[in-house]
Amino acid sequence: MLAFIIRRLISTVLVMGLVGVFIFLLLHLSPGDPAAIIAGDNATPAQIAAIRNSLGLDDPLHLQFARWAVRVLNGDLGISIFSNVPVATLIGQRLWPTVSLAFTTIVLAVTLALAAGVLAAWKAGSLIDRLVMILSVVGFSLPVFVVGYLLIYVFAISLRWLPVQGYSPMSDGFWAWASHLILPSLALGLAYVALIARITRTAMLDVLAEDYMRTARAKGVATGPMLLKHALKNAGVPIVTVIGIGVALLIGGVVITETVFNLPGIGRLVVDAISKRDYPIIQGVILLFSGVYVIINLMVDLSYTLLDPRIRY
Amino acid sequence: MTAITARIASQPVRSGLWHFVRRNPTLVGGAVVLLLVVLAALAAPLIAGDPIAARPVNRLKPPSAANWLGTDQLGRDVWARTIYGARVSLMVGLSVAAIAMAIGLVIGLCAGFGRMVETVVMRLLDGLMAIPAILLAIAFVSLSKASVGVVIAAIVLPEIPRVVRLVRAVVLSVREQPFVEAAVASGTRVPKILRRHILPATLPPLIVQATYVCASAILIEAALSFLGAGTPPEIPTWGNMIASSRVYLGLAPWTIFGPGLALALVVLAVNLVGDGLRDRLDPRLARRM
Repeated sequence: MLAFIIRRLISTVLVMGLVGVFIFLLLHLSPGDPAAIIAGDNATPAQIAAIRNSLGLDDPLHLQFARWAVRVLNGDLGISIFSNVPVATLIGQRLWPTVSLAFTTIVLAVTLALAAGVLAAWKAGSLIDRLVMILSVVGFSLPVFVVGYLLIYVFAISLRWLPVQGYSPMSDGFWAWASHLILPSLALGLAYVALIARITRTAMLDVLAEDYMRTARAKGVATGPMLLKHALKNAGVPIVTVIGIGVALLIGGVVITETVFNLPGIGRLVVDAISKRDYPIIQGVILLFSGVYVIINLMVDLSYTLLDPRIRY
Repeated sequence: MTAITARIASQPVRSGLWHFVRRNPTLVGGAVVLLLVVLAALAAPLIAGDPIAARPVNRLKPPSAANWLGTDQLGRDVWARTIYGARVSLMVGLSVAAIAMAIGLVIGLCAGFGRMVETVVMRLLDGLMAIPAILLAIAFVSLSKASVGVVIAAIVLPEIPRVVRLVRAVVLSVREQPFVEAAVASGTRVPKILRRHILPATLPPLIVQATYVCASAILIEAALSFLGAGTPPEIPTWGNMIASSRVYLGLAPWTIFGPGLALALVVLAVNLVGDGLRDRLDPRLARRM
């Protein structure tokens, strides 16, 4: 077990290292001059030369990479071209809206998806099952921003039940916070729900066909505990795997959702950086989001033994 | 007499076709929708007016006989722009699928047959896969000048690892088959083994994968355009249309939901074709995550 954890940690570090190499190479091997890109569109040749000098862009590539990697490991993600503020500080300021959105989306989506998947598998072949399957195919094909604008149009503009957009910190009251996050979470979570509901149904169908499920039913275990304790827990490994893989979907979606709902989070930070060509911000956020993705999938791998004690490494 | 013979002769064909439709509802449904969209995109100049011409007098008009999907904030016809937008979406989807398959196939075949190459390549791809696709594409586009070609390249890059993994998995399973062993034992050279014995086995799952890559490419292109990191804003694409009209959501919802519905419909149709092909060609293949 310990050996597995150590091996897994090493490969995680390796993957993050590669992510770093790719992001570094993307800037340095792109057709433009990195100094000109970092200096921004309105820089004078003197400014570009100064940046070229300060970054040591005339040094060999591996030396530059080593220097950059050391800085990143110390939490220095570079300085924003546009605002001249360290990227790490900017990300810190934008952290809470994104964390709130991610948290409500994951909680909402996983709950909905598990319920739908378990129900569909339990009533396999029924109308509910068909409905869940259709919704999961359709939900996977609907673009986040189209769903987002549809939700805004129906629930915020026409019915006026919820705010149109924006963010309200938790310090202004729980409902103000939650009401601003319901629609974004639904829009962002839809594809995630579709993905998890589908795999939950498949995994549950396999487990429900097992002999021990018949035994459980025969000895009179009530339906609720039977489905949740006996079946869902044993169907856990593939479901948790997909929950981890699907985080990639959420990360891409966060950028879009925050734009649609005007949430001042990290996703907005990137989108604003695109039009200003603020590459240090884009680079920093990619590193951060890739790190989150890799760490979540590390946790998923480590959770297998908790779900299924038979798995030994 | 001739009428009867003709009826008998035509019957098996008709029932065969009907049988196929009944057995493959998702495949046929998706393919029909897709075919209609492709035809509409090809015939755009015939069935849609000018997608560029602005008529400010006519701005934000609701759907009518003259403007089927209404007009946008510059008085441009939303229907015409939506039809022309299909051209970009379909082109990006097809190009990305074709290029990603070609590159992924070559790398996957090499990785599946050479142990040394395998370890290195698979590690590198693990790293590439850890970067969220949209962010990688944003970084790529923001470093280059915006154009359709750059957008295609930016979407191909994150799709390659998924294709390589699929091809490699097939190669690894076929490599151990007796007929490959026999070919190796009889001195067949590696390129020929790859071409004659391994390549055919990779094609069915690869075709299925290509449809999913196509659907995801169409979605990512729209998302990139929407975020301002995609196709230049003067080209009418669904993402660009939604981005430029989004402040008019309350006033003129048709400017958003016209292209939005088209996008959802096309992606759904491509995914349905993929699901249908998967059920026919390769039932074991799990749906791409």
